[in-house]
Amino acid sequence: MQEKYDYLVIGGGVVGAMIARWLSRYEGKLLLIEKEADIGMGSSSANTAIVHAGYDPLPGSLKALMNVRANPMWDQLAGELNFPFERRGDYVVAIGEEERPLVEKLMQQGIKNGVPGMVMLDAGEMRSRERDINPDVSGALWATTGGICDPFQVTVAAAENAVINGATVLLNTKFEDFIWEGNRVIGVKTNRGDFFARWVINSAGIYSDAVMHKAGVRPEFFIKPRKGEYFIFDRAEVQIHNVLFPVPSSRGKGILVTATLHENTIVGPNANVIDDKEDTSLTKEGMDELLDGAKKLIPSLNLRHSIANFVGLRPMGNGPCYTPGINYNNDYVIEVPSSVQGFVNLGGIESPGLTSAPAIAEMVVDLMKDAGEEFVAKKYWDPIRPPRPRFAHMTHQERKLLCDMDPRYGRVICRCENVTEGEIIREIHAPIPATTYDAIKRRTWLGTGRCQGGFDMPRVVAILSRELGISPLKVTKRGTGSEFLFRQTKDLEVSDVN
Amino acid sequence: MLTKKQYDVVVIGSGPGGLAAAIEAKKGGADDVLVIERDVELGGILLQCIHNGFGLQTFKEDLPGPEYAQRYINEAKTLGITFLMDTMVMDVTSQRKLYLTSRDLGYIEVDAHAIVLAMGCRERTRAQVRIPGYRPNGVFTAGTAQRWVNVEGYMPGNNFVILGSGDIGMIMARRLTFEGAHVERVLEIQSYLSGLSRNYVQCLDDWGIPLQLQYTVKKIIGKNRVEAIEAVAVDDKWNFIPGSEEIIPCDTLLLSVGLIPENELSKKAGVLLDPVTGGPYVDEHFQTSVPGIFAAGNVVHVYDLVDYVSMAGSEAGRSAAEFALAEKERSARYIPLVPGKNVRYIVPHKLDKQALENGDISLQMRVTKPIEEDVWLEVHGEENSIVRRSERYVRPGEMVTIVLKPKMAAEVEKAGRLTVDIYPKSEA
Repeated sequence: MQEKYDYLVIGGGVVGAMIARWLSRYEGKLLLIEKEADIGMGSSSANTAIVHAGYDPLPGSLKALMNVRANPMWDQLAGELNFPFERRGDYVVAIGEEERPLVEKLMQQGIKNGVPGMVMLDAGEMRSRERDINPDVSGALWATTGGICDPFQVTVAAAENAVINGATVLLNTKFEDFIWEGNRVIGVKTNRGDFFARWVINSAGIYSDAVMHKAGVRPEFFIKPRKGEYFIFDRAEVQIHNVLFPVPSSRGKGILVTATLHENTIVGPNANVIDDKEDTSLTKEGMDELLDGAKKLIPSLNLRHSIANFVGLRPMGNGPCYTPGINYNNDYVIEVPSSVQGFVNLGGIESPGLTSAPAIAEMVVDLMKDAGEEFVAKKYWDPIRPPRPRFAHMTHQERKLLCDMDPRYGRVICRCENVTEGEIIREIHAPIPATTYDAIKRRTWLGTGRCQGGFDMPRVVAILSRELGISPLKVTKRGTGSEFLFRQTKDLEVSDVN
Repeated sequence: MLTKKQYDVVVIGSGPGGLAAAIEAKKGGADDVLVIERDVELGGILLQCIHNGFGLQTFKEDLPGPEYAQRYINEAKTLGITFLMDTMVMDVTSQRKLYLTSRDLGYIEVDAHAIVLAMGCRERTRAQVRIPGYRPNGVFTAGTAQRWVNVEGYMPGNNFVILGSGDIGMIMARRLTFEGAHVERVLEIQSYLSGLSRNYVQCLDDWGIPLQLQYTVKKIIGKNRVEAIEAVAVDDKWNFIPGSEEIIPCDTLLLSVGLIPENELSKKAGVLLDPVTGGPYVDEHFQTSVPGIFAAGNVVHVYDLVDYVSMAGSEAGRSAAEFALAEKERSARYIPLVPGKNVRYIVPHKLDKQALENGDISLQMRVTKPIEEDVWLEVHGEENSIVRRSERYVRPGEMVTIVLKPKMAAEVEKAGRLTVDIYPKSEA
């Protein structure tokens, strides 16, 4: 199979999806390949869901530049792509007098980075804004431009918008090597055949080092995963209304206690550098660390009300600082390397990578222009990814209307999160079809509640089986190898029975 | 399909508690009893409990779960109770209004004179016992596995380890063995069994399935599907004992680590919950803190035997019927006061017909628009006029009062509802 494309993006995380969306404005055939059964299965769906203001990254770093440039882009992005986003502001909370100067220093750093709208709050003001805050609070930095979003929705919406505008997304398609013509990359080999393209963009996240090494670029660059573990709390029991950071340390931004747009409070992440890029396991030590960290901000937090955990891996790279002369070695790599033609190289896009994604996409297009690519804007480019009905968030009147229009929205499948059959079917047949349980879960928030899918799983497996025309035995949680069911009952060979 | 907007008693849930409540409510004199079930069949979790051991108290017989449920279903159907299946209650208010949704009905409202909450309970999950490790497929609660095996007809694994010696876990150990699966062992973190002794004997011991007390799961291994678990011994404070770790290959980990009453709807109705049981505070009639809202069965606290759930359901149903009848009588005495032409609102909103026997009643109201000429203020029923008087003008800024007199009692009695119109005499 030989397919010819103009642009080929490796990796369907939020950065790859956003690059695809940006490239979909222009004439040309566009392909995004993703090795997993769904897009956004890596760090893009396992992070703190924050759109950062930009006071945290080191001044002069590409992280700081991208963060501050991207932050104001989010309002329009959310409006066009119809994903949940709220500019609630965030707080860095000083506990005890000794932490107050650190918060003030952070504000100075923010000013250097060009972050607007930062305010120092006194202890009383902070207490009045979050009544369960540690009574030893001594003040807080309030960054009014901070926001929260649903990061998976951002990824799927950007990728869908690219598909609506003509892009192709291939799932379960794993990059293996480049195809060369001299020093020019002309395509990629994958487990599903060869794909040719004039430009290949490395947006492989935690594996971006391996991909760039195949292109002979930056042999000294390596990704070290920094594992972050999280707790999710039952919204009926724990209500935190704000995004609360502790003061940062050398190990990162620290363990947050933060509101989400699903109204669940989350706690995390810790930050432990590991070797295994697949190690998303939860550790006992990590859970203890999270609880200690969270109690520093909200002492009353009770783990009894935790309903789930998740683990994300930050793709920390060892890229040198964007601004020469600054001693910092964990910066983003975003470049068109001079040694290779037709190749855009990204690496080390860890936090604030979600926030930065739209600015990174814009920078990628600019770098390609600088390298001589002549983009022709499409005459009919649709910036809108239409919203999906969310039954749980509707008023009684809206629900009535929706059920009258399509009775499948009247049938509730997930009883904790109130997700209906109509919503599930719509995702199964969406521009990027949700064909696994987790793909539906991330898109609809089904199975994320207090019963953790105990009631909905058999029903969702039945719906997926029916809609995809496959046996229930073939339905998976997240792709081949993660099937739910082994066989029918009474379906044993006689020799199996002793 | 559903014709009534108002029911005497609405029961949420058709498990043992709900069925018994509906039957007793009907027998107790409630005419219109509605049972709402979110699943596609009646009977609740009993339908997946195909083992025996049910009904020893109630029927003096040893029945399987579905047969126990069927006896109640048959009786309820004979009594003419209305059932809605595959229907979810989305909201309940303290004024006993319910919002329901289903594929057949769409999204509708129903009012109840009394409500019985019988939503049962749900199982504790992995997060609540905080098991470290990966999050692959193959970690299920025992009840979910039970549904798959006994109702859907599929095996969710071949090699099982069960964490927790709850009843459902032990019963599933035996059930899975019947179906040709291998159950490696049952681990229990406590030093004693958490379910019934008879289940240990009949479901584990008889089948040679080992139970390890003071053991738990230290880690789940396997990225896409469970490949093994790491078991570990614990001391009396549940601390892991170093050196006791053991890797047990398996493809499925079942959790039988406790049940939690399911009260999200109760909270929406404003029902107060006991933090210890997780269920509503109730009186001896199973009435909750909200008048007219009763609760029965595992929604109140987790029972050991289904027979006791049915008994609680009966009591709640009886009490709900009693409340509903009194409430119905009380509400039948009331007639609504409806703003008519040029009336924005009227206070009071409704009127006890018998109240006129005790003296005058003033109706106070405001008009929507000013009328700067002679007007009639008229109170009328659907077919009869009650009283009419005149004013030289009406203005929104000035309250208008109309007085009903005891002599009007007979006409008020005849009227189904009272409407007030205010209009220019020139238009009369």
